[in-house]
Amino acid sequence: MSEKLKLVDQVQAINWNRIQDDKDVEVWNRLVNNFWLPEKVPLSNDVQSWATLTPDEQQLTMRVFAGLTLLDTVQATVGAVSLIPDAITPHEEAVLTNIAFMESVHAKSYSSIFSTLASTKEIDEAFRWSTENVNLQKKASIVTEYYRGDDPLKRKVASTLLESFLFYSGFYLPMYWSSRAKLTNTADLVRLIIRDEAVHGYYIGYKFQRGLESATPERRQEIKDYAFELLFELYENEVQYTHDLYDGVGLAEDVKKFLHYNANKALMNLGYEAMFPSSVTDVNPAILSALSPNADENHDFFSGSGSSYVIGKAVNTEDEDWDF
Amino acid sequence: MSILTVDDRSPAADPAAAGVAEGAVTDAALIYFSSVSDNTHRFVEKLGVRAARMPVLTREPTLQATRPYVLVLPTYGGITGKGAVPRQVVKFLNNEQNRSLLRGVIGAGNTNFGETYCLAADIVAAKCNVPVLYRFEVMGTSEDVARVTTGLEEFWT
Repeated sequence: MSEKLKLVDQVQAINWNRIQDDKDVEVWNRLVNNFWLPEKVPLSNDVQSWATLTPDEQQLTMRVFAGLTLLDTVQATVGAVSLIPDAITPHEEAVLTNIAFMESVHAKSYSSIFSTLASTKEIDEAFRWSTENVNLQKKASIVTEYYRGDDPLKRKVASTLLESFLFYSGFYLPMYWSSRAKLTNTADLVRLIIRDEAVHGYYIGYKFQRGLESATPERRQEIKDYAFELLFELYENEVQYTHDLYDGVGLAEDVKKFLHYNANKALMNLGYEAMFPSSVTDVNPAILSALSPNADENHDFFSGSGSSYVIGKAVNTEDEDWDF
Repeated sequence: MSILTVDDRSPAADPAAAGVAEGAVTDAALIYFSSVSDNTHRFVEKLGVRAARMPVLTREPTLQATRPYVLVLPTYGGITGKGAVPRQVVKFLNNEQNRSLLRGVIGAGNTNFGETYCLAADIVAAKCNVPVLYRFEVMGTSEDVARVTTGLEEFWT
């Protein structure tokens, strides 16, 4: 970065005993409780499984993770940091520093996956590919451009779309391998990243909506138009990127459904209605259940689809705050 | 179920209820908790049925249900699921009458939270022996709204 990074104008000692927005404390606590490091995940158990993938599948996997590494690096070094001067409360600044750090943990964890599974030559090839792939570079540069712009609300839109939408062309693949009982430890690690990004997208989307509250109707409309334009621009690029990656293994159409499904959730995190209809968001059930074992439709009591619903599940109800 | 209002006044904000330790009495057939993020609130608004929102702050007096109802709630907490049920909901369900009138649960969540997706709905359902009726993500899609609207109408007939 050649230009000077904007910093917070004035710093006052942060007082966690005087809270302006309870959401800051709630999210801080949640992020702290969720803290993890890649060393905790036994990635080396995936070495045998890795050897069962074809060379094409291995190359695809390396490229997917190189792409995710780039996005996490953008978010850690530019994205989350660029939001700090816009913070409304000092506690929001503190939460954003946590988010920035965890993005660095995510970026580093892909290197743990690489070094466990692949040779130096293969790793270098994947990183080289990430610098040469036009659509990957375009997606990073579109988002970075808005991070460097001068509009705090637009920055939050870009950040939420990155956290809640742009990662998912990549996240699809470890979920796919996991559904086929391959690279399951790698998938466990990626699920931790997905969970973190869900909190980040929720929080930045929430702060975005707080920021909109004081805006004029004209300004709100301007931001809404901008958000959908940016989503379309990123979506078109994302479709190209998906074809670049997945055409060789015939999964592109399946991945696109996952993109639509996540684009809807990104919009909802910003407080906007979902845009893609259910006819194009019908994600492969195997992918959904790799993401969340609770996500299957059998839990839909209303649909009466014949499957017997379960009253609750065998969950641990010994929660200390849960006694009648 | 055709009145298009959402009763989301917190007892503290309602002068008539101020100082009443028991909290507001409600005969709504849909009772929900939503944090200041308003995601669950937006979903309930879209249903267009009369509904009562629990106070956002735990220290405020909770609602008192007077007829059978369905509960809509999001999930809190992290990996272990500890603290999954929002404390405001725990406080509400610690009232015996509120517990006995509960007929079903609808969970709000995000599948990106993996195993804890809609966990709070599971815990309440298991504890109170009622079914989980539906799950939706964030603030629900139009399909979710349509299915829950129809589903609730059939559920109460």
